[in-house]
Amino acid sequence: MPAPTPTGLRFENIDKRYGGLFALRRVSLEIAPGECVVLAGRNGSGKTTLLRIAGRIVRPTAGKLSFPGASSESSTEGRPGYVAHTTMVYDELSAEENLVLFAKLQGVPQPAERADELLREVGLYERRTSLVRTFSRGMRQRIAIARALVHGPSVLLFDEPATGLDPLGISWLAKSLGDVHRSGCTVVMSLHGESEISALATRAVQLDAGSVVADTKSGASLHSILTFGGG
Amino acid sequence: MGLFSNTLTLLGKELRTEFRSRELLTTTVVFILVVLILFSFAINPTSEESRDFGPGLLWLAILFAGSLMLQPCFLREQANDTLSSLRLAVSDPFAIFLAKLMANTLFLLVTEILMLPLFAAFYNIPILPQLHYLLLVLFLGSLGVSVAGTALSAISAQARMRELLLPLLLLPILTPVLVVSATVSVSLLDREPVVQWKGMAFLAVFDLVFLTALWIFGEYLLEE
Repeated sequence: MPAPTPTGLRFENIDKRYGGLFALRRVSLEIAPGECVVLAGRNGSGKTTLLRIAGRIVRPTAGKLSFPGASSESSTEGRPGYVAHTTMVYDELSAEENLVLFAKLQGVPQPAERADELLREVGLYERRTSLVRTFSRGMRQRIAIARALVHGPSVLLFDEPATGLDPLGISWLAKSLGDVHRSGCTVVMSLHGESEISALATRAVQLDAGSVVADTKSGASLHSILTFGGG
Repeated sequence: MGLFSNTLTLLGKELRTEFRSRELLTTTVVFILVVLILFSFAINPTSEESRDFGPGLLWLAILFAGSLMLQPCFLREQANDTLSSLRLAVSDPFAIFLAKLMANTLFLLVTEILMLPLFAAFYNIPILPQLHYLLLVLFLGSLGVSVAGTALSAISAQARMRELLLPLLLLPILTPVLVVSATVSVSLLDREPVVQWKGMAFLAVFDLVFLTALWIFGEYLLEE
């Protein structure tokens, strides 16, 4: 897969309302190409909603999302890779079948070869024909990451990627995320607290009640944001 | 990737997962079989009545089996949030609907073709002379059940009381399809068969209208 085109993310006055409840309120955030940004905040602060809007899974009620550097919205650069709490793959299909499916849907040339390449990278090649439902939590997280990377995205979004992983799994994830980031990918992830993974961050943003309340770009410290101390 | 190739890829996935689990086919075949057998005891198969009531019962069984089959159509995409990954991957969300409704129509047709010989035997109705027309009605009617059902399945999957909601929405909408399909089938299986082209045209128009609506509004049905 060729190196990703440097692509950023721009949220302009994003609102998201579910009925009368504001999940996000006038969020404006500019993420430069190649940044590794941690979104921190208490449960319900709007991290997942912001990531789902960035992943274009959820449409904002108001405001605009764009991908500076992307040639078009439908291009690979305009289609971020997204890793959620759930695996977002089919339990009834094998690891290989899942990756080939998502590679084909996204027009990846030689989908079978790409699937094999990713399965080797995430250490699941030996289990490529096993159904995903037989996988452990750590293996599921690996296949979820492989799926998100299958089309060689320029922006990668992670929603609490370390949830349910043991220390070995977290170390593997930190290394993989580091590799992806070093390859030129813009990474945005939501995290709780400091960890091996948060050490990769070049910037941290804190959300509270659907609004940005602190940003290391505006002088707040990474430590205080990750521990919800705010600015 | 275009709409056509995405649809074919997703149809392949639908068929593969179904033929691996055989959940939907087993449910619908067993349901229709039970209904046909139970009612065959209630109606004297040698009487003229069976020609009048048989096709109606067959369609009623197809409709209820269809609603059973359509329930998990979008519901099973929720377990691992695979609907989100599909929406991220496809350029046109209509491909998701198109693949699902093609798979649902195919599953319904397979069930119906398996059940037709049993229906003919239990109700003592010769179906071979009019089989080609009968297959056309079954196709148009099943497509109607699938198109409306797939759309409503997407809506109900995101609602509370989802198990109750689909049949509640589906049955009133499909009443015209049920009535017309049964009427056309009764005429076809009569001692002096008549092809009701107006009925066939109604079914085709129903399918076309719902398919167009799904194409235009489908994207909104997939939103959270």
